[in-house]
Amino acid sequence: MNDALIADRWQFGFTIMFHYLFPVLTMGLGVLIATLKTLHLRRKDDRYGQLARFWARIFAITFAMGVVTGIPMEFQFGTNWARFSHFAGGVVGQTLFMEGVFAFFAESSFLGLFLLGEKRVPSLVHWFSAVMVAAGAILSGFFIVATDAWMQHPVGYEIVDGRAQLTSLWALLTNPYALSQYPHVISGSMVTASMVMAAVGAYYLLSRKYEEAGRDCLRVGVISGLVFSLASLFPTGAMNGENVTRYQPVKMAAMEGLFRTQEGAPMAIIGMPDTERRDLMDPILVPRMLSYLAYGDFRARVVGLDDYPRDQQPPVELVYYSYHIMLGLGTIFIAVMSLSAFLLWRGTLFRSRWMLWVLMLAMPFPYIANQAGWIVAEVGRQPWVVWGLQRTEDATSTNVTGGMTWFTLLGFMGLYALIGLLYLFVAARIVEAGPGDAVRNGS
Amino acid sequence: MVNTLWFLVLAGMLTTYAVLDGFDLGVGVLHLLIARTPEDRATAIGAIGPVWNGNEVWLIAAGGSMVVAFPHLYAAAFSGFYLALMLVLWLLVLRGIGIEFRHQVDNLLWREAWDVTFSLSSVLLAVLFGAAVGNVLRGVPLDFEGNFQGSFVLLLNPFALLCGVLSVVTLAMHGASYLALKTTGALQTRARRATVVLWAGTLALLVLVAASSFVVQPQFTANFSRWPFLVLVPLLGLAAAGAIPFFARRERDGMTFVSTGALIVGVLGSAAAGLYPRLLPALPGSSSAALDIHNSASGHYSMKVALVMYLVGIAIVLGYLVKVYWVWRGKVTSEHGYRLP
Repeated sequence: MNDALIADRWQFGFTIMFHYLFPVLTMGLGVLIATLKTLHLRRKDDRYGQLARFWARIFAITFAMGVVTGIPMEFQFGTNWARFSHFAGGVVGQTLFMEGVFAFFAESSFLGLFLLGEKRVPSLVHWFSAVMVAAGAILSGFFIVATDAWMQHPVGYEIVDGRAQLTSLWALLTNPYALSQYPHVISGSMVTASMVMAAVGAYYLLSRKYEEAGRDCLRVGVISGLVFSLASLFPTGAMNGENVTRYQPVKMAAMEGLFRTQEGAPMAIIGMPDTERRDLMDPILVPRMLSYLAYGDFRARVVGLDDYPRDQQPPVELVYYSYHIMLGLGTIFIAVMSLSAFLLWRGTLFRSRWMLWVLMLAMPFPYIANQAGWIVAEVGRQPWVVWGLQRTEDATSTNVTGGMTWFTLLGFMGLYALIGLLYLFVAARIVEAGPGDAVRNGS
Repeated sequence: MVNTLWFLVLAGMLTTYAVLDGFDLGVGVLHLLIARTPEDRATAIGAIGPVWNGNEVWLIAAGGSMVVAFPHLYAAAFSGFYLALMLVLWLLVLRGIGIEFRHQVDNLLWREAWDVTFSLSSVLLAVLFGAAVGNVLRGVPLDFEGNFQGSFVLLLNPFALLCGVLSVVTLAMHGASYLALKTTGALQTRARRATVVLWAGTLALLVLVAASSFVVQPQFTANFSRWPFLVLVPLLGLAAAGAIPFFARRERDGMTFVSTGALIVGVLGSAAAGLYPRLLPALPGSSSAALDIHNSASGHYSMKVALVMYLVGIAIVLGYLVKVYWVWRGKVTSEHGYRLP
């Protein structure tokens, strides 16, 4: 790989992973806030209204971080990946553009109304703005997944003069790859938001302050966390797996560390892929399981990495470990959430300090699981930027040097480190201040 | 036909961005100068607080429309303006964070630091946006594939810098008229006075820019002689320029604000009228012709579908934007908007 390509990939990887720390929370949190707001109106209990306002403050700074770190993503398609934009802009532009027009305007306009307008608008309009903020966030996620899905599994296009041109918007929006990936992404986001909410609730109970709010946060967080950590595995995770097997078998082989094509392929629980010896070292295998998961048949033939030319295989180790980290964490989330839900049902969760400690300390892990999932999807797509159509090395800008990109990467790192610390500091202060009484936008 | 419509849509979205985000950038330019007390500063930020984010979406959506309709332009311009655009990105990040974080901690030092960040990044963004328009008018060196290696220094040529200065002064005037509309008391008085002073500066700079644009891009007037009705666009700008002091002196702040916005529409509209059908002209002496609405367009189907999506989307958006701006009508005080509970 040449210097410019490495620089471009690091820059894109770094900026998008940092960016995704924020929408992964807001997509799920928007739904939870709309739920709290609905409870507030249905039960006429301002306890929920207060909680909605409290979480809206966290949402607001997270959303702001998502917006400001998201704009560089759209720009980079043109700045660093000019030949990609030139080749695929007419197709991926479609979904990026629809995200702006259909999702962003709704999200940002109604967020202002929701955060600051509670005293200025009727309560039904305020509730509606909460719903619109959540809908905008969820919808914007769909357009991004649809964009990515086209790069994973191009549909509804034809190549004219060496450039991809859209032939069917419907095919682009109903890309089977998007339809299976999107529920999984949303589910992962709901898990994140639920576990963050549960962690804050656990923190309040452990430190014995705002205990009523803490119990409410735990109730909502644990119930929603259980539902969506299960949904992340089944059906959404399983659907996603089948999809990858169907459209990107080499990616699936890398995820599983399967080097040789075999019938009745085993699934690796643990093991270290060794790309020199072309084998999985010290594995613990479930016999025939991979064949079953991929094709619903214990004896099905699963294609291994070695059946592909070396220059068409993704980096195996990174994909393999990321996938296993995601899968392992997902399993742990199900266990933690089932246990918490059981204790909640028995009425002892709020007194089980050890369980509260676990819930509080679990907070960073859904972020790691989501990041790992995206690494599997994106690194697993290599060496293609558009699967089968354009290689990543042919996608960079010809008139931007590696030096320029390294320089701006350092700039992004410095800036993002600064605002990341500020975000944590401000978020911690909001949590410390707790759900207050004041309705913002005072008079 | 659809290419021309997309030219209009793109020009329209960028102009809308300039008018809407223009006033909150302008408030940023003036922030340290005319919002002097802590209350004034809270008021000034409160005046743009609920809407700045939505205003910025016009830039994102314009970027998206450039990708979908003119991917070649997007690729060439964004990679060519590389370092300038990265600077724009960092400034947008800092400015947005400044506005959102400023009110989160009740501490004088914290707020002052974000006030300075907010104001400086607004000034620099206004300069860079103006310089970008200047460079598009002047043309850039394009090679035969429509790429260009725009060194950062090259982009800071005298004409572009002049446009940058014009942009700062114009947006500051627009921001001042917005503040005059949204505030009361001493801040409003200062904002009204600033509007008139900046109006004089804008006019002087506009004459300079118009005169020198004939020198740097002689083709600029061709469209106006071919389609004489286009003269209406600069005339709109001229009428707005005349209306600003008229309304400002009578303290009709709403009409003054409309006029400063109309002036921006007139100026950018004239630039677009002179540019058509080119999107990125080549600098005289380049080895290639301009990127225009035909050679940088995407597929016909793609453009048609996106145009329909755009019309549907924008009709919905306008519906609730009107509602949202209506909710935020009226005066802002330092108690308004962002406040710790």
